[in-house]
Amino acid sequence: MSATLLAVQTLNGLQLGVLLFLIAAGLTLVFGVMDFINLAHGVQYMLGAYLAVAGYQLTGSFWLALLFALIVSLLAGLALEFLIFRHLYDRDHLDQVLATFGVIIFLNEAVKVIWGAAPLSLPIPAAFDGSFQLMDNLRYPIYRIALIGSGLGVALLLYVLVTRTRIGMLVRAGATNPDMVAALGVNIRRLFMIVFGFGTMLAGFAGIMAAPILSVEPGMGDNLLILAFVVIVIGGIGSIRGAFIAALIIGLVDTLGRSMTTDIARLLLPPAAANDVGPAIASMLIYILMAAVLFFRPSGLFPVTRS
Amino acid sequence: MTRLLNNKAIPVILFLALALVPLYSSVFDDRFVLLFATRILILALAALSLDFILGLGAMVSFGHAAYLGLGAYAVGILAAHDIWDAWISFPVAILVSAIFAAITGAISLKTRGVYFIMITLAFGQMAYYTATSLSAYGGDDGLTMWGRSEFFGTDLFANDTSFYLLVLAILLGAYALLKRIAASRFGRVLKGARQNEARLHALGIDPFGYRLAAFVIAGVLAGIAGALMANQTEFVSPAYMSWHRSGELIVMVVLGGLGYLHGAILGAIAYLMLEEVLSGYTQHWRLIFGPLLILVVLYARGGILGLIKGRAK
Amino acid sequence: MAPVLELKNLNKAYGALQVTKNVSLTVVPGEIHAVIGPNGAGKTTLIGQISGALASDNGDVYFEGDNVTGLPVAKRALRGLGRSFQITSILPEFSALENVALGVQAKAGHSFRFFKAAAKEQSLNEAALRHLATVGLEQRANVRAGDLSHGEKRVLEIAIALAGEPKVLLLDEPMAGAGPEESARLVEVLGQLKTTIPMLLVEHDMDAVFQLADRISVLVYGEIIASGTVDDIRGNPAVKEAYLGTEDGV
Repeated sequence: MSATLLAVQTLNGLQLGVLLFLIAAGLTLVFGVMDFINLAHGVQYMLGAYLAVAGYQLTGSFWLALLFALIVSLLAGLALEFLIFRHLYDRDHLDQVLATFGVIIFLNEAVKVIWGAAPLSLPIPAAFDGSFQLMDNLRYPIYRIALIGSGLGVALLLYVLVTRTRIGMLVRAGATNPDMVAALGVNIRRLFMIVFGFGTMLAGFAGIMAAPILSVEPGMGDNLLILAFVVIVIGGIGSIRGAFIAALIIGLVDTLGRSMTTDIARLLLPPAAANDVGPAIASMLIYILMAAVLFFRPSGLFPVTRS
Repeated sequence: MTRLLNNKAIPVILFLALALVPLYSSVFDDRFVLLFATRILILALAALSLDFILGLGAMVSFGHAAYLGLGAYAVGILAAHDIWDAWISFPVAILVSAIFAAITGAISLKTRGVYFIMITLAFGQMAYYTATSLSAYGGDDGLTMWGRSEFFGTDLFANDTSFYLLVLAILLGAYALLKRIAASRFGRVLKGARQNEARLHALGIDPFGYRLAAFVIAGVLAGIAGALMANQTEFVSPAYMSWHRSGELIVMVVLGGLGYLHGAILGAIAYLMLEEVLSGYTQHWRLIFGPLLILVVLYARGGILGLIKGRAK
Repeated sequence: MAPVLELKNLNKAYGALQVTKNVSLTVVPGEIHAVIGPNGAGKTTLIGQISGALASDNGDVYFEGDNVTGLPVAKRALRGLGRSFQITSILPEFSALENVALGVQAKAGHSFRFFKAAAKEQSLNEAALRHLATVGLEQRANVRAGDLSHGEKRVLEIAIALAGEPKVLLLDEPMAGAGPEESARLVEVLGQLKTTIPMLLVEHDMDAVFQLADRISVLVYGEIIASGTVDDIRGNPAVKEAYLGTEDGV
């Protein structure tokens, strides 16, 4: 593989990683603080993308659409929390899996009803249009670089929020011992709502940023959701740092893996078999990675121990 | 009286009603009912096997649909090589399912809680992606079988009525077997481990071996269901193993009522009939189904059997 | 007399916190050896280390002369190391009888029996009923365990542990949460049992300890600060100091 291709694929891997981080961060926060498995996080991502498209159709501006979609996804997430999720915090994980599965079924259909089943797209904002000459023979789209940058920016923001602010401290305390935090007089309901709302916004933001480069269609969140779960399991449930590192690893492994496994397979197998085996192994790579990590570190790379 | 109503009467009435379906179908000349009922029974078998590990043993497997796929592909791939004999394809389906369950179970059962859910999901996905990569057998698009399994020259599989009765017989046999096992010492260990695992260790029982055995039994039964499904649809595809399918199986089991075994059959019937009725009203039936599922989880957690028990009190 | 159970220098730390420190003691046949100490002394951790639920950092556990330190919980239990739990660990959905029958079943060897109805097995039920009678619960055999009173549940804990026909019993605060009547009953039961089964009794309830114990060891901040007969401990100034300020004062 040429250096150029390697560089492009690495950047693509970072891009996927950053997207996964945005989704996984909300997921791991909610799971870590409230012990709540939210399968519907994937459709929250999808909703963000659809809202961005709707917002653009309303205003004609990517930036206004971004604002619109962020606000509405936050509201939608809070509505879901209020109506459904807060009744499930005390239930076992199976109940949470089933109820959030119901939300997925509903929302995947709802977007079909409102926007139709055909894939939609969002134009790249003018400010980020075009590509950037990174090195000889390598031009990479500016928008994708902006996406990577914004993801890293959010990661930094989260780091500051969680480690340097009071609310961040409460979140970390809530993740290790929610009963204690409640006993100390903190309004745990409100804390949960804030955490959930924030997680929703992150997922929505990921959807908005992904909309110009991926096709916006029903079910677009489902596969990313599974990847996001693999990220938080590998990273350690409740750990944002773990989610960040695991997301980048998975983004890179998956992207680079897909481009390399077929080539590697061709070295070992006849071409017809290699063309089958290569992509199959590529799809399985991250699951194999997850199984391997769980084997050595059953609680992930950076586990947050709950009292 | 109420105890009798709950434990013995329901499965008896259920199987009697199911046995009468072919009669109904021929009297009212309704072939669709027979075909639909066959499909229900096949998925009921898969749901039943899941209830054994989930309802009895609290093993929340989010990859159970993989066995439907494994069984189906066993039949489909052999058919593609012109091997149609049920005496070959069914044992192959059973063997493949057993091996997959033994290996993935041995790894998964070392984990707990959400990690178990995730790792069973992961193995299900691996099976799914392996199937999509089998371009020789249709890959993503699936594989059409031009015919059904043969059984010593009879049309046991090809004739709709005899096939239905075959599936019903297998379901009944599986139900009776699992009911027996649940009441045995083995079943007691599973049920005890669900309630308090530390207690069992302190008594000298390590639940791991028992759970693994249960996992394999469940996998094999679901594999048989898959082999039957391939016969019914004469089509095999990776979609049989998608995680949505695994989720649907869990819904069926919970809908019926966890842990009673016949609950899973009721749940499969309810789920598929609901899907059928709702999709008759609107193509967007999922808009109703999603919230319905949420309401069941929030307010009718014991499922259908839970509602019956509640009313009988 | 050769000890049934011997602990040699058991240590366990969680990060910087040393929870048990060089704990050594023995339990000999025919006795109840009580372990007392203020809250947080490390008593439950110690039980965990002995039963195998917690891995010690170093130190050894000897059971009937064999070093069982590396064995998992289930293997130790099958050899005869029985235990009851501080937080009630009965199986709430089973009847009291079935709870104990499971213990009997465990002792009988493996449970890979698929076809006979366990609830109808005479041998299991008879033995289970016997153990229930030992603790006075035979009238409640068919009651759903989750529906029993708290005191009955604590007594059931003991019956379940007995089902394993243990050669030594580790009792983790059996009186926890029991009222005066229930405690008296437990004391009576344990007193009768001690001739057949030696016990390591971790307890807070001082009345029970003084009625039952042959020897007492005092655990404070993970270390044994005193060990001896009931009178030795009653008169020991270091022990008095350790307990100053608690309602269980010596």
